Amino acid sequence: MIELKSVSKSFDDHVILDHIDLTIRDAETMVVIGRSGTGKSVLLKHIIGLMRPDAGSVLVGGVDLGKVSGPEMDRLRLRFGMLFQGAALFDSMTAFENVAFALREHTTLESSAIGQRVHECLQLVGLEGVDQLYPSELSGGMRKRVGLARALAMNPEIILYDEPTTGIDPIMGDIINHLIIGLRDQLKVTSVVVTHDMRSAYKVADRIAMLYNGKIVDIGNPDEIRHSKSPIVQQFINGEAVGPIQEGLPDQRILSRWSSRRPVPGARSPAGGAGRRAEHGGS
Amino acid sequence: MISRLNSSLFETTATAGAWAVEIFSYAGSLSLLFIQTLGGWFTRRVRWAAVVHELWRIGVQSWFIASLSSLFIGMVLAFQSAYQMQQFSAEIYIASLVALSVVREIGPVMTALIVAGRVGSAIAAELGTMKVTEQIDVLMTLAADPVQYLVVPRLIAMVLVVPLLTVWADSIGVFGGFLIGTLKLGILPSVYWHMTFDPLVYKDLWTGLLKSLIFACIICTVSCYEGFQTRGGAEGVGRSTTLAVVNSFLLIITADCVCTALFYFIGR
Repeated sequence: MIELKSVSKSFDDHVILDHIDLTIRDAETMVVIGRSGTGKSVLLKHIIGLMRPDAGSVLVGGVDLGKVSGPEMDRLRLRFGMLFQGAALFDSMTAFENVAFALREHTTLESSAIGQRVHECLQLVGLEGVDQLYPSELSGGMRKRVGLARALAMNPEIILYDEPTTGIDPIMGDIINHLIIGLRDQLKVTSVVVTHDMRSAYKVADRIAMLYNGKIVDIGNPDEIRHSKSPIVQQFINGEAVGPIQEGLPDQRILSRWSSRRPVPGARSPAGGAGRRAEHGGS
Repeated sequence: MISRLNSSLFETTATAGAWAVEIFSYAGSLSLLFIQTLGGWFTRRVRWAAVVHELWRIGVQSWFIASLSSLFIGMVLAFQSAYQMQQFSAEIYIASLVALSVVREIGPVMTALIVAGRVGSAIAAELGTMKVTEQIDVLMTLAADPVQYLVVPRLIAMVLVVPLLTVWADSIGVFGGFLIGTLKLGILPSVYWHMTFDPLVYKDLWTGLLKSLIFACIICTVSCYEGFQTRGGAEGVGRSTTLAVVNSFLLIITADCVCTALFYFIGR
């Protein structure tokens, strides 16, 4: 079980996490949603101990991450796998070496056994024949899948996914969704998924938590979130520009002016054809 | 008037204080990283394959440019000293002057500056890129200590290669002086070699090598530290690279001054 107890984090004077309380049960898939820059990735980095909270504590299996360091922290981290937003593959290593990294560093497996495990992981994410390619030779989606294979290599109990479907095509996104579900159902892996892809969130989540202004504004199963009474949640899941979430958005009056703008009769659009914008809905 | 003077004095003191705090904090951070690296070297498993890779990279990247610079510096030293020595018909001492200057001072310092510019900047850029693309975070999530994994092999390679490069640069610098001395100034080759080795004592060589060892530690620690401190994207990597080179240069010159003063008093 992962427990965040009143976790707070600020960068300079900017509060990112504000007394967050969150419990993630074993073999559960918890999806954290929220706008870009709300601190979802920061939350993940607290769970794996890459960041320390200014206040509060993070407990993994009852162990307070703030009270461990060195070899004990390393042992704890080996229970995790993490897929980073941009995959973060090691540039100087091939896909094979990336996936084999932890196996080579932390196990005494023979190189043939390591090779077998690497190929299993690559097959699991639908990649074959890319072993000897460097990250610069892979597409964005392939890089992400190699990153996922690397996260799976050590058979982790907990997997953290930072935007797993961002930057890849919808079909590959759905394959990753299936993989997340499969890992939970077959291997009882605990997953924390950070995303703003609501389709993916509804599909993989056991529970969804929405992060806004450093706080969890709502938490529940996908149905409860879909029918949440919180206007903040509703605006986010429906992807509406107008609503209570205003940070970083244009003024509401400008938005309404944009949406009500109509082309001036006879005026030429930049593309050349008069009234062309009206044909496209006038936005 | 007095209150304005007081206010200005207060501001100057505050600025000086802030600078002092920043300098001590920087020195402290570098020292911590260096101690951590030494700890990793002597107490944990070292990736010798990575050390060999770094040895090759540092040595090969700097060898040619260090050779060329030393050759020209030896030649320039011989020419410059010829102006004065010819007035006293003491051209023969050019050989001794070139040898002592190169072995004691110019060889170690020039080599260190070249390595800092060529290799230190590359280390800062590489580690900085790894930092901004979250590869350092990945190392930590895979339970690999970034200092052990990235800094220790580089430090070992640096302390092995820089003194070797220094000895090589010393030889080439002396050879540069020899070329000018014999071909342009008409000194007999046998006389030139005699006057080169006659004034040199072991202390000259080991003080030069000790300096180069200290410079190697400075270059590696500063470059790795600046790489780890990188923030932002490409601009941040550029800033770290510049800082790595500038700070390495400053610390090399400072360390050289301190070492030279120390060796002067030790040798008396």
